[in-house]
Amino acid sequence: MTIKNSLRSQPDASGHFGSFGGRYVAETLMPLILELEKVYKAARQDPEFDAEFTQLLRTYVGRPNPLYYAQRLTEALRAGAPEGPNGQKKGAKIYLKREELNHTGAHKINNCIGQALLARRMGKKKVIAETGAGQHGVATATVAALFGMECKIFMGAKDVERQKPNVFRMKLLGAEVVPVVSGSQTLKDAMNDALRHWVSNVHDTFYIIGTAAGPHPYPELVRDFQSIIGREAREQILEIEGRLPDMLIAPVGGGSNAIGLFHPFLDDAEVKMIGVEAAGEGLQGKHAASLAGGASGILHGNRTYLLQDEDGQITEAHSISAGLDYPGIGPEHSWLHEIGRVEYMPITDDEALASFQKLAALEGIIPALESAHAIASAEKVAPTMDADQIIVVNLSGRGDKDIFTVADALGVEM
Amino acid sequence: MTADRLAARFATCKEAGRAALVTFVTAGDPTVAATPAILDALVAGGADIIELGMPFTDPMADGPAIELANLRSLGSGTKTRDIFHLATTFRARHPHTPLVLMGYANPMLVRGSEWFAGQCRQAGVDGVICVDVPPEEDAEIGPALRAAGIHLIRLATPTTDAARLPAVLDGASGFLYHVAVAGITGKQQAAQAAVEQAVARLKAATDLPIAVGFGVRSAEQAAAIGRVADGVVVGSAIVDIIGSHGDAAAPFVQEFVASLRGALNANSPHYRETTA
Ligand SMILES: Cc1ncc(COP(=O)(O)O)c(C=O)c1O
Repeated sequence: MTIKNSLRSQPDASGHFGSFGGRYVAETLMPLILELEKVYKAARQDPEFDAEFTQLLRTYVGRPNPLYYAQRLTEALRAGAPEGPNGQKKGAKIYLKREELNHTGAHKINNCIGQALLARRMGKKKVIAETGAGQHGVATATVAALFGMECKIFMGAKDVERQKPNVFRMKLLGAEVVPVVSGSQTLKDAMNDALRHWVSNVHDTFYIIGTAAGPHPYPELVRDFQSIIGREAREQILEIEGRLPDMLIAPVGGGSNAIGLFHPFLDDAEVKMIGVEAAGEGLQGKHAASLAGGASGILHGNRTYLLQDEDGQITEAHSISAGLDYPGIGPEHSWLHEIGRVEYMPITDDEALASFQKLAALEGIIPALESAHAIASAEKVAPTMDADQIIVVNLSGRGDKDIFTVADALGVEM
Repeated sequence: MTADRLAARFATCKEAGRAALVTFVTAGDPTVAATPAILDALVAGGADIIELGMPFTDPMADGPAIELANLRSLGSGTKTRDIFHLATTFRARHPHTPLVLMGYANPMLVRGSEWFAGQCRQAGVDGVICVDVPPEEDAEIGPALRAAGIHLIRLATPTTDAARLPAVLDGASGFLYHVAVAGITGKQQAAQAAVEQAVARLKAATDLPIAVGFGVRSAEQAAAIGRVADGVVVGSAIVDIIGSHGDAAAPFVQEFVASLRGALNANSPHYRETTA
């Protein structure tokens, strides 16, 4: 059902979210993405597709995952919060949506299952993917194993170095990991090489894009597959608290976990939302905050906010978190930013590192560095909210993959 | 348009009974200072049409040769204003040789399509190939170029089927660029039979001249394609020469281009040893 004036009815028929999105690809790829759009539309109408997707999420991924009240984190933040007008300490109640408990340890698998089902519908036996942190690579390699498909993962050489455990996991799962040495050797370059491979192998290869970006229909279909996060969270908070949350917070790389959490709530005006961008060394230094520090441009198949210079050359992003180290953002976020529906907040490497440790110490949960950015944001806003208010933070992934990076940043020898 | 250099050049070549030689280099590769001599070498070697690549940090449709050329150019500090300056001075030296800018949407559109089209017009650029703006997104660049009298040259690929071809041709002008392989620049070589089939199919659908490119590396290949197409595009093979010889590349480029042109001339029924 599409409600008039709904914020949930984007994109339009040509894949645009306001002035963002679209299909900016080489002609060779156009027929394929038009075909994908057709197949996806049909799949969406097909109860069998949904039944299989839902069944796999339940029995293979382990959904629904819990919505957990982080009481010790909530209380610790209240202790440092000012008093409200009623004399009571401020400090909203913080819930964590536990995507890190999914099979493979992050939200990425939700989308991979959906796209692998589409690949199978299109008769493609080979899948490729780009990966930054390695989470999407692992998730893609996992579904490739599950569906018996041949799998190639493109990964920046720098990321291959800083995410060794995930590289080994992908190989165990039977995938070939292709280190990408061009450009900045991170996620954007991995995406370039994945596109180069795809354009040369369109006849038998499906590209499983890992975030809510790329040419239409990818931003839409990735969002739809990830929206299970928000639908579950909505049901769970209604059951636990009997009302909707006041605030949603999620980290934003390309934006898939965030849009997955946000989308089912977009028409609930009382629910505020914060997408957390990686501010790296700070917005004056090297960072990956494309909304705070970028401008509208065209890259990787879509029009969206990008880090770029005055000539439209893409500038290198930086974040301690490989999964946020990307100079762009999904087009729906650019649109939500421009219409002011979602607020985007930059969080630095140092703030994320502090929150990484804090969540481990207070809740016994080691978050992914990406998710630690969202925790850091919650630490800033919770004390400004009343104690009877509710925040839901997307704990998009677990931090096992990051322990080497964090140890290194803290100067600890392992 | 007062003087359509592209149409005039294709007509001249047709009269001469041979295909037009279209050559690609990246602007500012290896440096902005070295580019004019390389462009002159293309013309002296017998190129009919010059494609000047606008470097981009993320050339997703290009193979290693042209990707490296993009990085060499940007690494030596090439800016967009340098590219238009190169075009302007080229136009002054070569009033009749068509010049086409080829590149990616973001550097072209970062200051708006009207700004870009205006710069092209002022610099004497005849046409633009924008790799990542398909007909579906024509509004981004097409209207501004048409208003400025600049040809928007579209690409047709092995995946452009009969149902899609009219959309590609709608708004295309100058010539139609047939991408001979489904892939990136400089990689595989297309089978001659497939090229011939594709060109026949395209000719049945349009009166625009058909130029064939991607994977054309040798004089023999150029000659074979030149027997069926109106134009033959050679890029990576020239860019490789620049990659090996750097600032001193011009004479080597000229020699290679002359060999390509010689092969195309040899196709002509009234073959004579001249350059246009
Ligand atoms: C755990 C985790 N969270 C967040 C992200 C960022 O991606 P997205 O913005 O698409 O959710 C990643 C990407 O690798 C990730 O691994």
